[in-house]
Amino acid sequence: MQGPLIDTLVRQGVSRRTFLKYCATLASMMALPPTAGRAMAEALAAARRPSVIWLPFQECTGCTESMTRSHSPTLEGMIFDMVSLDYHETLMAAAGHQAEDALHAAMKDNAGKYLLIVDGSVPLGIDGAYSCIAGRTNVDLLKEAAAGAAAIVAMGSCAAFGGIPKAKPNPTGAVAISDIVKDKPIVNVPGCPPIPVVMTGVLAHYLTFGRLPDLDDKLRPTAFYGETIHDRCYRRPFYDQGKFARTFDDEGARRGWCLFELGCKGPVTHNACATTKWNGGTSWPVESGHGCLGCSEPDFWDAGGFYKALSMPADPLKMGTAAAAVGAVAGVAVSVANRAKKHRAQASHETTTLADLEK
Amino acid sequence: MDDLQLLTWARGPGLDLALGIFVLGVVWRLIEVYALGRKRDLAPARHRTGASGLHTVLRRSMPPPGMLKTSPVSYIGGFVFHIGLAIIVLLFAPHILLIKSLTGLSWPGLPSQFIDMVAVLTMIAMLVILVDRINKPVKRFLSTFGDWFAWVVTFLPVLTGWMAVQHLLLPYTLMLALHILSVELLLVVLPFTKLFHAITLFGSRWYSGKINAHKGVPV
Amino acid sequence: MSATLEKGLHALREVIDAPIASYFSSCVHCGLCADACLFHTETGDPRYTPIYKLEPLRRVYEQEYTVLGRVKKLVGLAKPVDDAMLDAWQELVYDSCTMCGRCSLVCPVGNDIVYMVRKLREGMAASGHTPDGIRSATRRTVEIGGPMGLKWPAVANVLRKAEEATGLKIPVDQPGADYLVLLSSMEIVNYPEYIEALAKIFHKAGLTFTVSSDAFEATNAGIQIGVSDLARTIVTRIVEAAERLQVKHVLSPECGHAYMAIRWEGPNLIGRPFRFEVVHVLELLDELRRKGVLKMKDTFKDPLILHDPCQIVRRGGVLDAPEQLIRQVADNYIPVVDQQKWNWCCGGGGGASAIHTEEAEALRAKAFQVKKRQIESAGVDTMVTFCANCRIVIEEAFDHYQMDTKLLGLTELLAEHLED
Repeated sequence: MQGPLIDTLVRQGVSRRTFLKYCATLASMMALPPTAGRAMAEALAAARRPSVIWLPFQECTGCTESMTRSHSPTLEGMIFDMVSLDYHETLMAAAGHQAEDALHAAMKDNAGKYLLIVDGSVPLGIDGAYSCIAGRTNVDLLKEAAAGAAAIVAMGSCAAFGGIPKAKPNPTGAVAISDIVKDKPIVNVPGCPPIPVVMTGVLAHYLTFGRLPDLDDKLRPTAFYGETIHDRCYRRPFYDQGKFARTFDDEGARRGWCLFELGCKGPVTHNACATTKWNGGTSWPVESGHGCLGCSEPDFWDAGGFYKALSMPADPLKMGTAAAAVGAVAGVAVSVANRAKKHRAQASHETTTLADLEK
Repeated sequence: MDDLQLLTWARGPGLDLALGIFVLGVVWRLIEVYALGRKRDLAPARHRTGASGLHTVLRRSMPPPGMLKTSPVSYIGGFVFHIGLAIIVLLFAPHILLIKSLTGLSWPGLPSQFIDMVAVLTMIAMLVILVDRINKPVKRFLSTFGDWFAWVVTFLPVLTGWMAVQHLLLPYTLMLALHILSVELLLVVLPFTKLFHAITLFGSRWYSGKINAHKGVPV
Repeated sequence: MSATLEKGLHALREVIDAPIASYFSSCVHCGLCADACLFHTETGDPRYTPIYKLEPLRRVYEQEYTVLGRVKKLVGLAKPVDDAMLDAWQELVYDSCTMCGRCSLVCPVGNDIVYMVRKLREGMAASGHTPDGIRSATRRTVEIGGPMGLKWPAVANVLRKAEEATGLKIPVDQPGADYLVLLSSMEIVNYPEYIEALAKIFHKAGLTFTVSSDAFEATNAGIQIGVSDLARTIVTRIVEAAERLQVKHVLSPECGHAYMAIRWEGPNLIGRPFRFEVVHVLELLDELRRKGVLKMKDTFKDPLILHDPCQIVRRGGVLDAPEQLIRQVADNYIPVVDQQKWNWCCGGGGGASAIHTEEAEALRAKAFQVKKRQIESAGVDTMVTFCANCRIVIEEAFDHYQMDTKLLGLTELLAEHLED
């Protein structure tokens, strides 16, 4: 399918008005000036479908599921459809040599222009042998595909930060995309899985302005990752009042009080869940009564337990007994020496006489 | 190491280590101090109500007659910041949770706005006391590096905790990590600095009360 | 044999105990003890902060009995105690400290500072850093028998005069008496009325007493200079005489540190409990008052205040008897603000009154201003006390400030108004 995006949209029954509204919403969500909505609409409408190559590495397909399944009639889904997805193992009909040919053809035809989307982390253990496609390791494939890409989107926490494959003890030696590719623009879209609108937002921005959106120090679009879940959480007032649910079925839980004590990682998690919500704005984890796991933060799997409050130590008094024992031994040893010294001093006491007072 | 990794380290291995050194240091120092022992007093004791080790432990928490007027800054400032620290440490909900995880004991906390106010008052009192230490000739004369150091390590946890809650200066994650790290510093140095008075003052008051109670003097 | 730094440090190693370790571990340098010390309040000099006077003891404790201190000493971070330091501290430990113990009452962490001063003096003395005056007084007490060099014939003479004045017999070396009466040289020389008063009161109460010809002196310069060995020598004379004469009680006179020496330090110095009871003269008088024996024929009319000697009241535990007795004899007793255990020292206790350097005397006079204010704000012309040393120091200060306040001894005042 070729031709401007707007034609495809019209064919699929999306009115121009609906499309404009969507672009305005997207622009405001990304904290762009109001005029950007129209600019975005015009740019998007005229845009030709860019070539996209999607490489899956050590992943669970959750990111793809999140992107493609949940919102069939929504604009996100459609825009996603509108890109020229030239290679996506899970979605493409082709298989085997046919698929590999498609990949190489796309890379060759669109050299230097295609967008590379990666989900999954890259294993480096035993020369990358933990994950291979068509006999080639992920790291090999990534380097080849990255060489001709205009930009790379690291989709999901695995690609962005290493994710669950990298969780201790990281048997495959998994690393993030940014650990391997150093010479291309990279956008991290972390989350397990990430929010679909973040993906389309980044795409729309890229198509409109010809460059990637503003990123933070972890290469995440600031528009979506600039604030914490806690900052935007509708349960925040309860935190400030000191009203906390203490179990998942107590009075506080039923009243919708803050889930901090149940281990919510909202205060340290940068993501847009609290504003965009999930499943077409239906709900999101905290609204459903469960604390945030912090899935879009690096190493969230090893951050001390999902159900332990942030103020709680991961393993309280692990060394307490041992420390007390060592302290007691040290103290007793010092005391034995001290008492011996004092007794020696007292035993060697020479009676002081008047003569001893003179210097 | 990013913010969350720092926080994870601080509340994980960092806290374990700090608590370990704290427990080790306290046990060691307590034995070092009290195992020196003391001689039994062979003079026949004079008994008097109100004179005992326990009486002095309690009585010394209040200013002796006339002293409040002589040194109002030391007493009022001291009261505000010690009580403030106790309220913050013991009655802030996230802290109670920490205590619960360590000991299994739990009690209701105070609203965070109130704790906020207490934290501000505590910091003001500590600053006033610092100025007093600089201004008052006796205090300035007595002050050593240890005194300034102890002030800083006591002030930092209050400041960082308050700033974390207020979202000031640094992202919450980093500030919370710094807060926990500052508490860990406090724990680690407590047994080896004058901050150890938090524990030995009970022993000192008891000895003083006991030694003088033997003579029938309630001190 | 002579005093050396090493002997001083050795002595400190011997006396450091758990209370001292606890006290030094607790000090937060709050400086409140300075507000309780008359040498600081009257001069404003921060060096007179009580806890600072203990710095040599603190250093020895830290460097000898704590691991961190030993490490600090090894790597050169801790300054060792040397002769120059002790020399500089002599003034702080003797001239400007009367061991009155007021600082020990205010320390918020409960440090018994005076307890530590007493121990530090052991090291000061053994290292040869003691004031000449106290050293001479100690020498006279050990060699001759009393700090003023008084010998028995002179005492016997005073006793004889007292017998003549009262017409009552003062028994000497009489076994089995109820009380062995101790005196202080200052009373014998300056206030012989005390002896007469006692004779009258014993007679009135029907109690027997005796004076020992080889243990009449109650004062003990050994505990002031801080040498337990010498203090033991001195106190042993009394213990031996009392146990030889098989008296039931030993009566400590109106002298502060004498009471401290015999009542509280005595058994600890000789290492065993006494076979007699030590009673302060005011305790005896108060008991007689309660029994109704101490009846007054008239009362003292002028308004007066009481000066509570530190070693008898604050540090000796004779808390209530003085006020009860003064109320018995005086119509216009005016309690001062800082009274009983809170009283301010005369400025010359703990051996300080024996230091006769110009600086020490000037310092004592300055420190006395706190008493001067007490007298002036009470607006009285009479002050009563019950310590011979306080009396000497206060009389000297009255002289210095040209005050015409009258100073009376409590026992004499009582005896004067006693029913015949």
